[in-house]
Amino acid sequence: MIRLVGVYKEYDNGSKALRGVDMRIDDGEFVFLVGPSGSGKSTIIKLITAEESATEGQVIVNGYNLNNIRRWQIPFMRRTLGVVFQDFRLIEKKTVRQNLEFAMRVIGAGRREMDKRIPYVLDLVGLGGKSDAYPDQLSGGEQQRVAVARALVNNPDTIIADEPTGNLDPARSLEIMTLLERINAMGTTMLVVTHERELVNRFSKRVVSIKDGSLVRDVQEGGYRL
Amino acid sequence: MRKHGFNLGYFITEGFQSIFSHGLMSFAAVCMIVACLIIMGSFSLLAVNADRVLTEEEEKNEFLAYIDENCGETEIAQLTEQVKALPNVASVEYTSKEEAHDAWVEEHPGGLELPVNVFRARLAVHVTDLELFTDTVDAVTSLAGVADYSAHSELAQGFVAVRNAATALATVLVTILAAVSLFIISNTIRLAAFTRREEIGIMKICGATDGFVRWPFIFEGLILGVFGAIVAFLLQWGIYTIVMNALANSGVLSLFTPVPFASMWLPVLGMFLLAGVLIGAVGSGFAIGRFLKV
Repeated sequence: MIRLVGVYKEYDNGSKALRGVDMRIDDGEFVFLVGPSGSGKSTIIKLITAEESATEGQVIVNGYNLNNIRRWQIPFMRRTLGVVFQDFRLIEKKTVRQNLEFAMRVIGAGRREMDKRIPYVLDLVGLGGKSDAYPDQLSGGEQQRVAVARALVNNPDTIIADEPTGNLDPARSLEIMTLLERINAMGTTMLVVTHERELVNRFSKRVVSIKDGSLVRDVQEGGYRL
Repeated sequence: MRKHGFNLGYFITEGFQSIFSHGLMSFAAVCMIVACLIIMGSFSLLAVNADRVLTEEEEKNEFLAYIDENCGETEIAQLTEQVKALPNVASVEYTSKEEAHDAWVEEHPGGLELPVNVFRARLAVHVTDLELFTDTVDAVTSLAGVADYSAHSELAQGFVAVRNAATALATVLVTILAAVSLFIISNTIRLAAFTRREEIGIMKICGATDGFVRWPFIFEGLILGVFGAIVAFLLQWGIYTIVMNALANSGVLSLFTPVPFASMWLPVLGMFLLAGVLIGAVGSGFAIGRFLKV
C-alpha cells in the first residue's frame, strides 16, 4: 500500500513541486497517474522511491514510513518496488539474462534462484527466446519488456512505471500496457505515470490527475481528463 | 527481509572486470602508484643506508682524555673507573705514554723520531649517544686528573644534524607522496564510478545496499594498489641492485658497507603492500561516497 498524506515538496531552488497531495493506493490496484509536464508526477515517483524526501506530510510505502526511515532501511524498502523507466535503463554490455541477474544479485539471490526465476519472468513478458540477446539487438518494445521483466524479477509488491510507453509506437505501447495489466491481475500493485490519453482511455482503470502540484481528480475506471 | 552476506567472489570479479573495462585508466593509476612507491622506497632505502653509516660512525666515536703527568698508577686506575661510571660512556681504554709512542712509530714508519716524553697517557672514551657527546666531554674533563682532551665534537654534532634532517625529510616526503597517491587512486576510482553511474543508479533503485555498491570499487582500488606494490617492489629491487653495482665499480663502497637488499626484502615488500592496500582502499572509499547518494 502507498499513502501520501498532506505532502508538500519544495526543491532547494525554491520551486514548489507538490502542494498538499493526499493519495492512497491499495494493494493490488492499478492506477494511472496523469498530468501535464511539470505537474509533479515525477516528484511523486521520487518520493515513493525515496530518491527525494517530502518537505511536509507523510509518505508511507509498503509498510515503511519514509518520514523516519533510516538510511540503511531504504534498500529494503526499494526491494518492495519494481521501477520501469521511459528510457528502459538497461545495461548495454549485458545480455537480457545478465540484466535480470544483475537485479537479482543486488538483493542477494543465489544462482539456483536465478535459474528458476529468470526463465519464468522472461516467458511471462514474452521474451523466452531472447535471453542471450543484447539490448541493442532488440526493438524498443522488447527492450521495455526486458525492463518490465527486471522490475518484476525480484517479485515486488508494487511496480512503478514512469512513462513506460513514452519511447514506443502505439502498437508497442498497447503491448506494454497489456503486459502491465496482466502482471497486475496476478496481484502486483501497479502505478503507471503517463500522459498518453489513448492508452488511459482504452484501459478502464483508476485515474488520478495532477496539475500544478495538486491532485485535481481521482476517478475509478475513469478516462484521461485534467 | 532478505539480507545478503559478503559475496567476496562477486566483488573481486567485478573489481577485475572494472579494471579491464577501462584498462588505460587502470594502467595509468598503477603507473602512478608504482612511481610514488619507488620514490618512497628509494628514499627509505637511502635513509636505511644513511642510518647504517651513522650507526657505524657512532660505534667508533670517541674522544681522548689526557691524564695529568703527576698521576700515579693507582690514581689512573681510579680515574678510569670514575670515567666508566659516567653516563653515556660506552667504554674506556687506557693507553700509557709508552704505548702511545709505539703506536705512533707503527703508524708512521720512517717518520720523525719522537721521544717518549712527548706523548701523554690518555683514556680513549667511547660514547653511546652522539647527541650527549659534549655533555660527556665536559663531565670527563671536570674530573681531577684529566689535564686536557681531544675531541671531534663538531663532527659528531654534524652526524646528528644529518640524521635528524634525513628523518625529517623522509617524513615530509612520505606524507606528500602518500597524499599524491591517494589523490590519484581516488580520481581513478571516481572516474570508474562516473562511467558506471547509470549502473549504480539501477543497482540502488533495485535495492542494493551502499556496501554492495561500494565493495567492488574498493576491491578495484585494492587490486590496483597491490598490483602496483608488487611491480614497484620488483623494480625497486632491480634499481637498488643496479645502483649498488654502479657504486661498487666507482669505489664509493669502500667508504661504507651498504645494506644488502636480500636482508630487507621482506620489510620493503611489506611496506609497499601496506602502502598499496591503504592507498587503494582509502582512495576508493573516498571516491565512491558521492555516487551512493541515489
